[in-house]
Amino acid sequence: MKIAASDAARRLREQAAQRILLTDGAFGTMIQSYRLQEADYRGALEVTHDQKGNNDLLALTRPDVIAEITEAYLDAGSDIVSTNTFNANRISQADYGLEHLVRDINISSAQIARDAAGEWEAKDGRPRFVAGAIGPTNKTLSLSPDVNDPGFRAITFDELKDVYREQIDALLDGGVDFILIETVFDTLNAKAGIMACIEAGEARGIEVPIMLSFTVTDMSGRNLSGHSIESFWASVRHARPLTIGMNCSFGAPQLRPHVATIAAQADTLVMVYPNAGLPNELGQYDEQPETTGGFIREWAETGLINIVGGCCGTTPGHIAAMRHAVAGQAPRTIAKPAGHAILAGLEPMILAA
Amino acid sequence: MATAPDLPPEPATRATFVNIGERTNVTGSAAFKKLIMAGDYTRAVEVARQQVENGAQIIDVNMDEGLLDAEVAMTTFLKLIAAEPDIARVPIMVDSSKWTVIEAGLKCVSGKPVVNSISMKEGEEAFLHHARKVRAYGAAVVVMAFDEVGQADTKDRKVEICERAYKLLVEDGFPPEDIIFDPNIFAVATGIDEHRRYAIDFIEATAEIRKRCPGVHISGGVSNLSFSFRGNEPVRRAMHSVFLYHAIQAGMDMGIVNAGQLDVYDAIDPALREACEDVIWDRREDATERLIALAEGFKGKDAAAEKAAEEWRGWEVTKRLEHALVKGIDAYVVDDTEEARQMFARPIEVIEGPLMDGMNVVGDLFGSGKMFLPQVVKSARVMKKAVAHLLPFIEAEKVAGQRSKGRIVMATVKGDVHDIGKNIVGVVLQCNGYEVIDLGVMVPWMKILEAANENDADIIGLSGLITPSLDEMVTVASEMQRAGMEMPLLIGGATTSKVHTALRIAPAYEGPVIHVLDASRAVGVASTLMSDTQRDGFVEKTAADYEAVRKAREGKGQSELLPIAEARANAFATDFTQKPAAPKQPGVHVYADWDLADLRDYIDWTPFFRAWELAGNYPAILDDEVVGESARSLFADAQAMLDQIIAEKWLVAKGVAALWPCRREGDDIVIASGDAEVRVPMLRQQIRKREGRANMCLADFIDPAGDWIGGFAVTAGHGIEAHLARFKADHDDYRDILLKALADRLAEAFAERMHQHVRTTLWGYAEGEQLTNEALIREQYRGIRPAPGYPACPEHSLKPILFDLLGAGEATGITLTESFAMLPTAAVSGFYFGHPESEYFGVARVGRDQLEDYARRRGVDLDTAERWLRPNLD
Repeated sequence: MKIAASDAARRLREQAAQRILLTDGAFGTMIQSYRLQEADYRGALEVTHDQKGNNDLLALTRPDVIAEITEAYLDAGSDIVSTNTFNANRISQADYGLEHLVRDINISSAQIARDAAGEWEAKDGRPRFVAGAIGPTNKTLSLSPDVNDPGFRAITFDELKDVYREQIDALLDGGVDFILIETVFDTLNAKAGIMACIEAGEARGIEVPIMLSFTVTDMSGRNLSGHSIESFWASVRHARPLTIGMNCSFGAPQLRPHVATIAAQADTLVMVYPNAGLPNELGQYDEQPETTGGFIREWAETGLINIVGGCCGTTPGHIAAMRHAVAGQAPRTIAKPAGHAILAGLEPMILAA
Repeated sequence: MATAPDLPPEPATRATFVNIGERTNVTGSAAFKKLIMAGDYTRAVEVARQQVENGAQIIDVNMDEGLLDAEVAMTTFLKLIAAEPDIARVPIMVDSSKWTVIEAGLKCVSGKPVVNSISMKEGEEAFLHHARKVRAYGAAVVVMAFDEVGQADTKDRKVEICERAYKLLVEDGFPPEDIIFDPNIFAVATGIDEHRRYAIDFIEATAEIRKRCPGVHISGGVSNLSFSFRGNEPVRRAMHSVFLYHAIQAGMDMGIVNAGQLDVYDAIDPALREACEDVIWDRREDATERLIALAEGFKGKDAAAEKAAEEWRGWEVTKRLEHALVKGIDAYVVDDTEEARQMFARPIEVIEGPLMDGMNVVGDLFGSGKMFLPQVVKSARVMKKAVAHLLPFIEAEKVAGQRSKGRIVMATVKGDVHDIGKNIVGVVLQCNGYEVIDLGVMVPWMKILEAANENDADIIGLSGLITPSLDEMVTVASEMQRAGMEMPLLIGGATTSKVHTALRIAPAYEGPVIHVLDASRAVGVASTLMSDTQRDGFVEKTAADYEAVRKAREGKGQSELLPIAEARANAFATDFTQKPAAPKQPGVHVYADWDLADLRDYIDWTPFFRAWELAGNYPAILDDEVVGESARSLFADAQAMLDQIIAEKWLVAKGVAALWPCRREGDDIVIASGDAEVRVPMLRQQIRKREGRANMCLADFIDPAGDWIGGFAVTAGHGIEAHLARFKADHDDYRDILLKALADRLAEAFAERMHQHVRTTLWGYAEGEQLTNEALIREQYRGIRPAPGYPACPEHSLKPILFDLLGAGEATGITLTESFAMLPTAAVSGFYFGHPESEYFGVARVGRDQLEDYARRRGVDLDTAERWLRPNLD
């Protein structure tokens, strides 16, 4: 079967060869500032559960809010905007009793981002891209939720793959360029997501470009399933992702060593979007845009990144500060392919030929 | 710091052998099968754990048993081991003959596993379908040499099938490096004639597949080989070890083996080993009968062998310790260590003596492919037990209440588990009054920095054994830099080196970075660093030293090396119609006392000033604005001393020159001296040259059809000692150095003068040559005189050959040290090439292939050759 290559991926690579690109920042922080109430979330929908806090639903009930935030990031300089769909999957929406709206939320969210990106691209001719974001869900394929039954799993690979597939199809139908599998705390979950992308691509006869973003869960540099960024890379290299990198977890200084590790190894673009520092005792992010910008400047100077943006606590102000920080700096040089097999358990293992 | 028992790097990091554990396979292990059938997964998980502990680098899981629901068993077991980090750290091999079982397994395995196996048994379409799935699941794959016709048994079939599969896969986009071929290991010594070549077929096919299918790996189930000796473990183990010894050399780089049970090739009973070799190579008609006959004697010998093996218990204790280390037997090690402790004056000597000796044997055996990683792991365990026993005694030796001399944080870096060397260094430092905070193994940089800060450490010491640890050390250094630390960083471990430290680690950290060669130096380095008076000087000296290393390496390692055959094909094409005529006076000419006054005129003064660190060329230097005054004063003193040297005959100049018939054979020059022929192997440039430039070798200047070559050795150093002693007694350093420098200059002048004498008189091809001293210095004459140890012929060990030819020892009184330095030091030796096209060049970097070839030509082992050529190797 012939699968056509993605033109958007080609164009992104072209742009990334010339400069360090910017993705966007957090939605959650921004949505909070609108002080929305239950009625805003619920809109005209008939619902069985409280919806306050179901941010992804706003794509249907307050699309103006989502559009405004997206536009604020485009104003700040984002080349890539992501859809506000981190929890827009059947598993997470089950908590709100909205499994039946998963497809609508994703399509609407994708269209909002697509429209805004198109508008900004038309303004100045600079290409803008839309990444359809899929989160990890709250279920893990590698771990048992029951300490007394380590062999138990709350979900199977195929079930999770189907959950992802539903979301991916809706995002693609809504017009996204890429699928961003983000905040990967369980490597096997990500592999199910990759499989869903591959199968979606086969069904459509066109490549679904994958962006992969790992997250660490503690200072040892491993995610919840026990992988370091190196073993994660070994585990997902087969996806030939458009970007590999990290998001969330910590602020830029804590992520840096792991960013340096992946920057040295990955034969593809590296995208990283850290939090605005570490949260204070109230769970709020205090790090000022200039501070974040300073860290990112050092990354750019060291040649660690191709695409940068923000996660929890970041605002258009942070993205603007990053834009200044990376302006005129050369993008990271893509590493040469390793040329040897790298197997992995929790640890990577090189099979030298 | 050091990892003193030089264990070689882990196989996973280089092209050697990966052990795949086979005990979690119901078809291979009756015990495991029993546990699974009984649903006792808890104990089944322990089997996996043991395998990893025993050194399995991948674990094979197979649940193909008719009475089992293989899919359920596979997924249950895989989910359980996923919860055990000390098992899940290694990659999993999902093994089944049923695709559905494999796919079910892949859905439970994180990381990047291996599928075992797929094949073209059901045709190309099914094969590619499965391969695509494997790839989409992010796994590597074992491909069996099996096609529509059946399983490949002969070499040709194995190669043909694998090559076909390779082409299909690679054209379909499957990464070649993720393909592992299993060309089928079948049982030999079955009594059936068709089976006799099975081992040979596998080994030969392996080599051929590796050649035809670049990037792939070769694996196999080793236990099949000895199927006909079921129940006779000693014989099976011996067969496996002998087979692997050869198959690995042919390119087999993975194998399913019982990781805990392999014999050391050298330690196999010689008669049994020979019989195994006979069977594997099908070397004699009666090979099988002989092995069967011999096998009887080993049958049930596990118990009997134990008893016979007890014999070693009667040996003396140091031998027993070595034996225990090599065999990995820990049963008696504490008692033996205790016995040894009582023999030695200090407990540390037990470590530095017999224990280290034993570990060195282990390192050698492993390095030469005669021992495998699991055995090394066992040996390490024995070593640890011994060291642990000694530690309290070593602690007790320390004077109570003694103030710590310094606090050192030590760690084996992230990704590396080897800590024997680090522990030894820790012990040695503690014995000497240092406080050591040992963070253990696989320590991430954050923890190292934290511990150093929290404990207010004086020094950080990093250790590592495997090559990737080198990069990790760079990371630690850069993080120390980023954290603004200033404390010294010590680097040690078998793969570390001064060069790597200088090139990679030191530039990453502004604080002192010091490579510590071995444990014995750790204390010296630490105490210097803790000393108020010596620290700065030492740090500066080391930094300067590393700077010199970096300078020396600049530009090196960039250029591509040609295979030696290609380099030879691009040899310099000397025009032999121009070769010099035969010498007027062939043979050896000895000059027992050359007139020093004559030599004076041939002195090249520029290097003399350089020796005094005065920059500039003679004679312009005498009028130099900056150094002119010093140069003039020095020159005046030198002239005065020269007058004295000549008038009072302080020095005697002795020399010898000879001219011999010779011819070129490849890169060797074969010299005829009397009745004997002496072969002088030369080295060839291997760096890729641009079009029209040759890859030079001194042999190129010699006509294969017959030619002439010369040799010489001269010295102007005899008699110098008495005068140096006199200056020393006077505390007159100036004259001491001046005399040495002048003697050197006179020796060089003698070499120049002798060369001229050879050209104009002895060889006589330049009879009418009239050159000024300046022209001589600019080498405007015909012919060259390259010296062993210099760029065109960088290998010092040619000196003994040259000296023998010349009879130089007797003729000149020059002797060679064991590292081929000449005494007296004011001496020069070399070869004469008379061809007008001959010129100086630098051999520079040479490849492994030339190194191996050179070792063969010199008739020395690879280690020796490597030692000799080290400066020219990467």
